[in-house]
Amino acid sequence: MSTPHVLLGLLVDGPKHGYDLKRAHDLKLPRAKPVAFGQVYATLGRLVRDGLVVPAGQDRDAGPDRTSYELTEEGRKALKEWIAAVEAPMPHLSSVLLAKVVVALLVGDVNQAREYLAAQRAAHTTRLRELTGVKTDPDASLSDVIAADFGIAHLDADLRWLQTTLDRVADLHREVTTR
Amino acid sequence: MSYLSARGLVRSYGRTPALRGVNLDVEEGEIVAVTGPSGCGKSTLLHCLAGILRPDAGEVTYRGRRIDTLSEGARAALRRTEFGVLFQFGQLVAELTAAENVALPLLLAGTGRREARTAALSWLDRLGVADFADQRPGEMSGGQQQRCAVARALVTEPRVLFCDEPTGALDSLAGEQVLGHLVRLAREQRTTVVLVTHDVQVAAYGDREIMLRDGAADPTGLGTVAAQQ
Ligand SMILES: Nc1ncnc2c1ncn2[C@@H]1O[C@H](COP(=O)(O)OP(=O)(O)O)[C@@H](O)[C@H]1O
Ligand SMILES: [Mg+2]
Repeated sequence: MSTPHVLLGLLVDGPKHGYDLKRAHDLKLPRAKPVAFGQVYATLGRLVRDGLVVPAGQDRDAGPDRTSYELTEEGRKALKEWIAAVEAPMPHLSSVLLAKVVVALLVGDVNQAREYLAAQRAAHTTRLRELTGVKTDPDASLSDVIAADFGIAHLDADLRWLQTTLDRVADLHREVTTR
Repeated sequence: MSYLSARGLVRSYGRTPALRGVNLDVEEGEIVAVTGPSGCGKSTLLHCLAGILRPDAGEVTYRGRRIDTLSEGARAALRRTEFGVLFQFGQLVAELTAAENVALPLLLAGTGRREARTAALSWLDRLGVADFADQRPGEMSGGQQQRCAVARALVTEPRVLFCDEPTGALDSLAGEQVLGHLVRLAREQRTTVVLVTHDVQVAAYGDREIMLRDGAADPTGLGTVAAQQ
């Protein structure tokens, strides 16, 4: 997962509290799942252990949530390496879609496969429309637009596959029902 | 009754059926995407709705009035005054400048030269292509030409804009600019838009999607539709 590196990236312009990091994460990556506070603190703990960040002072009413954290030289280096590393070009979400269709066909329920595909297609289309709305909002920032583009491109790929599969399964359905 | 409706539309080209009983309703101010694979009848449907083609059977009503039964002249008048159309490309007159192209529908409707030019310049500006007012289409990129075509389609302030694959010939960023402008301006003017496309990303600019399949609407998206009548 990329949360540790995103947190490192958010510390590039200066020390931040766990709370600020959570807020900045959710703001910069509006299309990702919001990160939980617990996950932020657990991740910071590991980053401290690995020497990538260090605590950089506490507020008066010191509690764990009022500690601010700072990037180390090691941390900067790790961040640079992570950015440079190409990800294995594997489909992520689509593997779940595929699994459901394969399982439905294994069970021999062509109709359920079709209904699932049509419903998934509708859900993807709705999401695509929402992201297009984000992109066309006159107040959208460049990072909003490129994050929306990222989501759109992936939904588009899934949708092509969903439609082709729907067509194939419809053919299969016709064969099965007219036999 | 809906703003624009089709009931049981049937249309063939010789022995090739293109529409086999299409029903559809569009409300005022809506942006509706009509989608479906190539050859499913999208363009034929659009032409019937816009009064360009006459269906073999079925009805098209617009603001409570049947328009498929109107004479060719009456339908042409409707297209000049109430409807706008935008195709994939090739709508601009190559010999005229961008401003002259955009002014053309107004001149044909009897608007004076000066007034038509002023309106044309203002629409080119709203589409971000004011700098090209005195250039000919051949001197503009595909995206800039298509933005001029949008200006030309909207200059008469139509109530309904019919678009057939309006960005089909453009790369994705140029297409996005055309659609972004088109949708923003349509909302500002409360123009109803029927947007025909095979591209899911283009369809996502609409408020709603109507799927066509083998010449009929496919509300479930399951891909097998019985023709309705
Ligand atoms: N002018 C024409 N002459 C003969 N057949 C046509 C003509 N226009 C369309 N068709 C046929 O009618 C069907 C629907 O075409 P069309 O409405 O252009 O679909 P779409 O726009 O969805 O690709 C197709 O089978 C197409 O080949
Ligand atoms: Mg077509």
